[in-house]
Amino acid sequence: MHILKLIFKNMLRHKLRSFLTVLGIAIAVMAFGLMRTVISSWNSGVEASAANRLVTVHAVSFIYPLPLSYQDQIAKVPGVRKVSFANWFQGIYKDKDQFFARFAVDPDNFFDLYPEVVVSPKEKEAMKNQRNGCIIGAKIARTYNLKIGDLMNIDGDIYPGQWQMQVVGIYHGRDETSDETWMLFNWHYLDEGLKQASPGRAGQVGWYIVDIGDPNQRAAISAAIDNLFTNSPAETKTQTEKEFNQSFVSMSGAILTAIDVVSFVIIGIILMILMNTMVMTARERIREYAVLKTLGFSSSHLVSLIGGESLLISSIGGALGVAITFPITSGIHKVVPPQWFPVFNLETMTVVLAAASALLAGVLAAAFPATRAVQTKIVDGLRQIG
Amino acid sequence: MSLVSVQNISKSYWRDSQEIRVLTNISFDIAEGDFLGLMGPSGSGKTTLLNLIAGIDKPTKGSITVSSTDISKLNESELAKWRARHIGFVFQFYNLMPVLTAFENVELPLLLSKLSKKERREHVEFALQIVGLGDRVHHYPKQLSGGQEQRVAIARAIVTDPTVLVADEPTGDLDKVSAEEILKLLERLNTEFKKTIIMVTHDPRAAERAHKIRHLDKGELS
Ligand SMILES: Nc1ncnc2c1ncn2[C@@H]1O[C@H](COP(=O)(O)OP(=O)(O)O)[C@@H](O)[C@H]1O
Ligand SMILES: [Mg+2]
Repeated sequence: MHILKLIFKNMLRHKLRSFLTVLGIAIAVMAFGLMRTVISSWNSGVEASAANRLVTVHAVSFIYPLPLSYQDQIAKVPGVRKVSFANWFQGIYKDKDQFFARFAVDPDNFFDLYPEVVVSPKEKEAMKNQRNGCIIGAKIARTYNLKIGDLMNIDGDIYPGQWQMQVVGIYHGRDETSDETWMLFNWHYLDEGLKQASPGRAGQVGWYIVDIGDPNQRAAISAAIDNLFTNSPAETKTQTEKEFNQSFVSMSGAILTAIDVVSFVIIGIILMILMNTMVMTARERIREYAVLKTLGFSSSHLVSLIGGESLLISSIGGALGVAITFPITSGIHKVVPPQWFPVFNLETMTVVLAAASALLAGVLAAAFPATRAVQTKIVDGLRQIG
Repeated sequence: MSLVSVQNISKSYWRDSQEIRVLTNISFDIAEGDFLGLMGPSGSGKTTLLNLIAGIDKPTKGSITVSSTDISKLNESELAKWRARHIGFVFQFYNLMPVLTAFENVELPLLLSKLSKKERREHVEFALQIVGLGDRVHHYPKQLSGGQEQRVAIARAIVTDPTVLVADEPTGDLDKVSAEEILKLLERLNTEFKKTIIMVTHDPRAAERAHKIRHLDKGELS
């Protein structure tokens, strides 16, 4: 026999209690993993942003358009390699609940600036050549069962009218974190529609995307671009793509912070669950600890006995929790509409954090009962009715 | 020269800053191979005195020497090591680990020794044989009778071949027949294996087995 065997047998003494504790820890670890995954998916748009891309928007608000003529002017700024643009189109596809990003983009070079959007040259060419051609993300194609050649009817809201796009290509994300839920269509289709319906809105773009060769030059280049348009009717504000994306995420910042806080509260809950069990357990065994001390077992033996049991329970609970988090996150990803969370992956860091929290809880939960067991005098322990 | 020498010991407990004097100025000697019976009414301090000799509590005053070690001078961890080597303790309520089998309970104190697994097994089997439980090795305490549990506890106390075997009312919780068997076993350990035994009891028939009897009353020895 070994002291490990005693730890193991002790854990199995109250099978139901240990089982419920393990289950409680597992569920808490799973909840922690899930919440961290929600946060990281939310932020993945920000993290996926490229350092070499700047975004130029209207200085007042990004909802105001900019003249198309800016494209050539921006392109002349030293350090700028390429300039592309896009409009937020939105509209209603099928019904109001089918929400995914729909952009009108510059068919000439939009894809050059987004290497994470992987699409064949043939398909890019098709979009350039076909006025109402569109390229959709693989995830959208799957969700709506769309193939090349299919038509997509969109009821315009920002840009009123009936619009009909034809799928000419399907793109894939370069990385696991790349968003595959965009619909990108030829900007000229939008512009020609506007020329007829409301000519005042034609010839305008939502924002410019600027490729700079050297990310270290971003501050100087941003300032140079914005300087071009000072005192014009449409002044600009140029930021890195990351800052631009963050301004969207921060709209939901309060919710995100709440989830963030709750996820760490859960670690506290793990600790409470385990502490409760360990305190109860150790109190019942005060007399046994006194007997062990009488036999000559030292304080460090008692600490390893109590700490070992606590760690055993917490690691089983933690491992089980991590094990169930994987199928549950991928299950949730399948169930919720893909555009909610374009990317929903359980990150290694989350798994490590969850497992480490469970282990830390194992150590902390044992600290108090172990201290008490060590400090209780043998004679007092033996006098306990147990 | 005596094996155990108790010199002028006093012991007090404090409860709510009030002193409870349990033992006053007690001195006596125990020779090697003795079988001493400590008698006295309930609350007279018998358990306290036994605990002091076994090194699980410390006297307020005086000294206790066991085979020329003054145990009142040892610190906690030294005392723990000393107990593991020199003391075998038998409790009134057996105090076996309920999750361990008879074999594992007896093996427990040997985990502190440097014996190999094989040597431990031999020692445990021998001890269980002496107490007559060679056939109950893999039983758990709750599958044993009170008398059998106490025999496992005695096996656990002797498996390390301690210098002194101390027993606190070892028959206090047993029926007459089982009590008789336990007393016979202790007597045999004393005569056949030359174990020095100190046994606390308030049962006169139990005390008859001892070679010497000391009476404790209101914390004083007579
Ligand atoms: N750990 C302790 N704390 C406080 N009082 C104690 C403690 N141990 C024993 N006593 C008191 O000391 C007295 C003697 O106890 P004890 O040695 O157990 O007597 P006995 O074994 O002869 O029945 C009792 O009054 C008891 O209440
Ligand atoms: Mg007593």
